[in-house]
Amino acid sequence: MNKPTAGRTPEQRVVVTGLGVVAANGVGVPAFAEALFAGTSGIRMQESMRAAKLSCQVAGVPQHTDERCGELFSTADLMAMNSNQRYAALAALEAWRDAGLPVPEAGDDAVDWDSGAVLGTGIGGMDTIAERVVPLVDAGRARRLGSTTVEQVMASGTSARIGGLLALGNQVTSNSSACSTGSEAIIAGMQRIRAGLAKRMLCGGSEGASPYIWAGFDAMRVLSRNFNDMPGQASRPLSGSAGGFVPAAGAGMLVLESLASAQARGATILAEVLGGEVNCGGHRGGGSMTAPNPHGVQRCIRAALGDAGVTADEIDLVNGHLTATGADPREVENWSAALERGPGRFPLLTATKSLVGHGLGAAGGIEAVASVLMLREQRVHGSINCEDLHAEIAPFSASIPRSTRHVPGLRTLAKSSFGFGDVNAVLVLRRWETPPANRGIH
Amino acid sequence: MTEPDIQQKVLEILKPFVKNEEMFANAGPQTKLLEDLAINSARLVDILLEFEDAFDVEIGDDDADRARTLGDVVSMLSGKVAA
Repeated sequence: MNKPTAGRTPEQRVVVTGLGVVAANGVGVPAFAEALFAGTSGIRMQESMRAAKLSCQVAGVPQHTDERCGELFSTADLMAMNSNQRYAALAALEAWRDAGLPVPEAGDDAVDWDSGAVLGTGIGGMDTIAERVVPLVDAGRARRLGSTTVEQVMASGTSARIGGLLALGNQVTSNSSACSTGSEAIIAGMQRIRAGLAKRMLCGGSEGASPYIWAGFDAMRVLSRNFNDMPGQASRPLSGSAGGFVPAAGAGMLVLESLASAQARGATILAEVLGGEVNCGGHRGGGSMTAPNPHGVQRCIRAALGDAGVTADEIDLVNGHLTATGADPREVENWSAALERGPGRFPLLTATKSLVGHGLGAAGGIEAVASVLMLREQRVHGSINCEDLHAEIAPFSASIPRSTRHVPGLRTLAKSSFGFGDVNAVLVLRRWETPPANRGIH
Repeated sequence: MTEPDIQQKVLEILKPFVKNEEMFANAGPQTKLLEDLAINSARLVDILLEFEDAFDVEIGDDDADRARTLGDVVSMLSGKVAA
């Protein structure tokens, strides 16, 4: 069943007890899970991108979130929350409630000193800067910025907001490592719990929706530009006709908790975080600001397995970074080399971004939620839009479900995230098997 | 614009920022914005900007510093609207 990993005690083992997600194809875990396993794309045409004459005019934007926020937050609170923070707040509240933890009333003065948060963002409050700070300052009207600007543009804006919503008293911080942010946050939280410094940590990432956030990527010509009139087909990881990633927004968060804490309060355990690793390729050996050093990636994968106490052969599924750029074949190559598993022996491989786009700082969190759902349901969601696999990936075709596949033995999953700066993060998650004697208790 | 009209508009603007609903329901001239209504002090600058827009006036830093009670605010705005 759930053997102690790498000799860790129940206080050092880290499990997932709550999930929260705001994604382009589903807001909230039930809607997201349904879309994921139905293969429903959340990519839509964006008028704001068309008006800005971006080459890419499609994106993954969560739907109807302002209405949901209007029901949950006061007008005064909403004045101080840009899209990034709204997505983060929705995901945080869902994850906290999913874990069976109390969401405090605003007037409740109690602080939860045992719980903290690492909630990152890749770009942060770029929309607030572009829409408010620059125009008002340039017009000599800085005082019109009011009191809510700093908290929306400071790098720790999201974690600061969530810390107050949940009355968190442990470490509350925001990390940032480009597109590996969400996975890095989960690893940071895992390490803090393992070190005995917190009982539980809310971890993941979020990113806002704005052409100002996406324009720089468009100028780099790394966004999809050939599928503007077919949004559902625009996000094409692993495909031979992939021509860049589809930008996206949203949030994904996990409540991480020591096994001892989860068991003591009778929480439902959704998965175990066996281990993880973060590193940087140093912009050497073929790596650069925008390309990964393959040695760095492979070291990161191997170290994550070592930290998790699993062998390469135990990995049943890789939920890759896989964005739909020229880096996809390199990622598959790196996984194959690090695991020493060629096309005939390669684990299953899936790309959540085919359904939701690339959520930048939110990607690792959203994809970690997808990963836990796949382990829970023992189903691998399909990677859509890759019927025409890239020639270098084609030998791995048997490992790549194009539609949802039931995998009864699915047990151990590796999730990768990579980012500008040549930074890497790899997580290893395991399905939580409830011991037979305890089945049905929760 | 009469003082009661000004007070009515001021209360409308304050409402979303108020954390103590009970005190707000019984607010009078002596009601303190921060201590009694539990308005976040950082948000006072947003409230002042809304006053400026609603009454088409300018509120300087000295005026802002003196506006501690509902009565202070209404009388300060009355003076500016009349000017």
